[in-house]
Amino acid sequence: MAELQRDTFNVVIVGHVDHGKSTVVGRLLADTGALPQGKLESVRRECERTGKPFEYAFLLDALSDEQDQGITIDTARCFFKSKTRDYIIIDAPGHIEFLKNMISGAARAEAAVLVIDAKEGVRENSRRHGYILSMLGIRQVVVCVNKMDLVNYDQDHFKRVEAEYRAFLSGIGAVSPRQFVPVAAVAGVNLASRGKETPWYDGPTLLELLDALPKAPSKSDQPLRMPLQAVYKFTEHGDDRRIFAGRIEAGKVAVGDKVVFSPSNKISTIKSIEGFNAAPRTSVDAGWSTGFALSEEIYVTRGEVMSHVEKPPQVSTRIRTNLIWLGKKPLVRGRDYKIKLGTAALPVQLQKINKVIDASQLDHRLEKDEVGRNDVADVVLELRQPVAFDLTADCEATGRFVIVDGYDVAGGGIITAAVSDELGDLRAEARVRDFNWVPGGVTSADRAARHGHRSALIMFVGKAGTGKHTHARALEKALFEAGRNVYMLDGQNVLLGVDHDLWVDAAQSELVRRFGEVAHLLLNAGLIVVSTTNAIGLADATAVQALAPDAPMLLIDVDPTGSSTMACDLRITGTEPEHEVIAKIADLLRHRGITSRAS
Amino acid sequence: MDHLEQLEQQSVYIFREAFRHFERLCMLWSIGKDSTVLLWLARKAFFGHIPFPLIHIDTSYKLPEMIAYRDRLAMEYKLQMIVGQNKAALAAKDTFPEKLKANPKMTAEEQATARTECCGKLKSGALAATLHGTGERMRMNLKTGKYEVDPDHAPYTGVIVGARADEEGSRSKERYFSPRDKNDDWDVGDQPPEFWNQFKTDFAPGTHVRIHPLLDWTELNIWEYIKRENIPTVSLYYDQGTGTRYRSLGCGPCQSPIKSTSKNVDDIIVELKSGSLRNIAERSGRLQDGKHGLEELRRKGYM
Repeated sequence: MAELQRDTFNVVIVGHVDHGKSTVVGRLLADTGALPQGKLESVRRECERTGKPFEYAFLLDALSDEQDQGITIDTARCFFKSKTRDYIIIDAPGHIEFLKNMISGAARAEAAVLVIDAKEGVRENSRRHGYILSMLGIRQVVVCVNKMDLVNYDQDHFKRVEAEYRAFLSGIGAVSPRQFVPVAAVAGVNLASRGKETPWYDGPTLLELLDALPKAPSKSDQPLRMPLQAVYKFTEHGDDRRIFAGRIEAGKVAVGDKVVFSPSNKISTIKSIEGFNAAPRTSVDAGWSTGFALSEEIYVTRGEVMSHVEKPPQVSTRIRTNLIWLGKKPLVRGRDYKIKLGTAALPVQLQKINKVIDASQLDHRLEKDEVGRNDVADVVLELRQPVAFDLTADCEATGRFVIVDGYDVAGGGIITAAVSDELGDLRAEARVRDFNWVPGGVTSADRAARHGHRSALIMFVGKAGTGKHTHARALEKALFEAGRNVYMLDGQNVLLGVDHDLWVDAAQSELVRRFGEVAHLLLNAGLIVVSTTNAIGLADATAVQALAPDAPMLLIDVDPTGSSTMACDLRITGTEPEHEVIAKIADLLRHRGITSRAS
Repeated sequence: MDHLEQLEQQSVYIFREAFRHFERLCMLWSIGKDSTVLLWLARKAFFGHIPFPLIHIDTSYKLPEMIAYRDRLAMEYKLQMIVGQNKAALAAKDTFPEKLKANPKMTAEEQATARTECCGKLKSGALAATLHGTGERMRMNLKTGKYEVDPDHAPYTGVIVGARADEEGSRSKERYFSPRDKNDDWDVGDQPPEFWNQFKTDFAPGTHVRIHPLLDWTELNIWEYIKRENIPTVSLYYDQGTGTRYRSLGCGPCQSPIKSTSKNVDDIIVELKSGSLRNIAERSGRLQDGKHGLEELRRKGYM
């Protein structure tokens, strides 16, 4: 069994096209005896048959297109063993057209070997890949200065390449490589064994260097983060467990721990750790795809992040990021994209471009109003609704994301800073309130079971005089007659009582805050609350949601002019027959899981 | 956490992502060791349940032990078991074994072509028809243990497959989530980027996505996991006293057993680690591969 404890280490090989990445890997496989019997001979025979000179790269470039063109198109994986550990080597393509393939390979790696052709020197993708490795969070980088045979194993030449590349990386703030190794992959010099050709080099061979790279430290000591992947209830065969499933990305959690889900601020306690064909356990830590039963049944949805109450993630609608764009169409303002962050998937737009870095030089900023294919950029993104996240420096898994354009993953990046939006203060208030909330003896799940629906906030928004109030009243009546526990919260009534002590010209923000707190209490009582932004001086309804983050909100935009571009769940002109509007809202309630399908 | 646990946890994560994003999800079960490990991992992911149907493509040339094993596990695990078959090709005797019978003097070259064509019809073709719902699906009735015509013809949009990167060159280039176009074609040169654990889960109507939870596993990992979890496997993998066993299971006429006296999982692990199989590719006993054979098949929908 001792052998099972060997480390497995993922290494990606990157660098400019034709600098010899596949040859480095092919030779390493051959020299460590990792090739299947007969593979080397069969490739040699194939070369003889077709009149091509034998190349180690052919061992890897197994796809027919690649052998025909002599370049690596996609990332290939192969396996070999050293004396101390098992390696998974990811051979990434160096051609610019295949940058997304290089990224796919590198995103899986724990360390990188970057190959630079000694004769050609540092080229565009040597630089670009160096920057991307840094952005992808790969801290352990080794550089092979390859094809040393073509420069007569000249030490000065080697030193010049090293100096140039180190200067470039430090100039852009990227991680400086651990070591530069002079190699000649074709001849096997300084890969698995030391070459006589470089007596001036007394550093380790590539293999010695790889063996010495440490595994990434465990993330179990970081604050707990588990993006919620799903809530399962498989009722067949008499299973009545409700399981909150996800992978612990950082930290650890034990039975009895109080946990909070962000951004909803819902709090519960770990009752048990669930599994299949596994010994029962009382705690679980980073890396495990697990599931929990909770003591207090709460309603939370995929995309929320579970943490301990003491160290929750940040919550905002704006994030500053470094991203790389791979889309066929450029990243532009005013277009709807989808961000996938942890397990959340939410609408997002480009808010601001701080700078676009010229990927071929990476040393000067470009004035651009869009981010083009293969560009690296520093941008601010804006979401329609708040998301839980961390800075990538604090927690990698909740600090990075991809952007989907249409059906395709078109870019990815890391979060470098939180950008405050106008609702930060209200969110902070809600957090302090919810984390210290004294629960009654009846849970929201109990109430939902009794009422046949969950609580929800339905807000009619739009300009003054569009009939929002009339719609709200009609909706309240219709929902009530359908058996719902519904309450129309009229803003005037809040003004008359709760706001009685405020001056007539009191700040709108305080009106919003008080209205939101009242709405929150009614929602906490399990009601469907219907209201209009008349109540808060037509302020942005998302401010109210910031105070009631645990209840779903439906925005109904009443827009007679047809010119509104505001994000909403339903847009009406206000002239439709009332029963049609009500039927549409009832559909939305069902679709969002607020009312059950049956009733 | 050791390496097997890491592999297991990543596979579980992938399963759950697939289940979340594909309403019409199914899993291919070839009865072989890999997809049987896949079946086990699905139960890990869903706490003992398998909340989607399993599809087996029956070429009619599978060894009888495999079919018996399939139906036994289907009953035991209460699987939603669906079987597809290219009945037209079988009826027309449009298969490699029938062609060889009709023309026993086929050259090696002709045989290779006939084998590839046979795989194309009985496996890729039958699979495409079953996935798209254009061909007949037989579904096991768990009350009777008999197969009945499945009234459901809706296409599947997410297909979980047990391919491993170490099996062969083209498989080493796969993504965890790998899109297929309307003609089931795999565009190897233009695959989506896969950042960290964010997968391709949005897809155009008419296209589908293949999901590969076992991509990072090796043959040895599979056997070590079978041992650790005590997963039941079909007896063909073990020497039953003949000094031979199957290393990889396909169709009877196109595979040959290897010389081996491994009688149980432990023996196989030793054989793979330090014994005679240490440096021999797993699929070397499968005759349809050849030069570019498998890549060609895979571009056209073979698993």
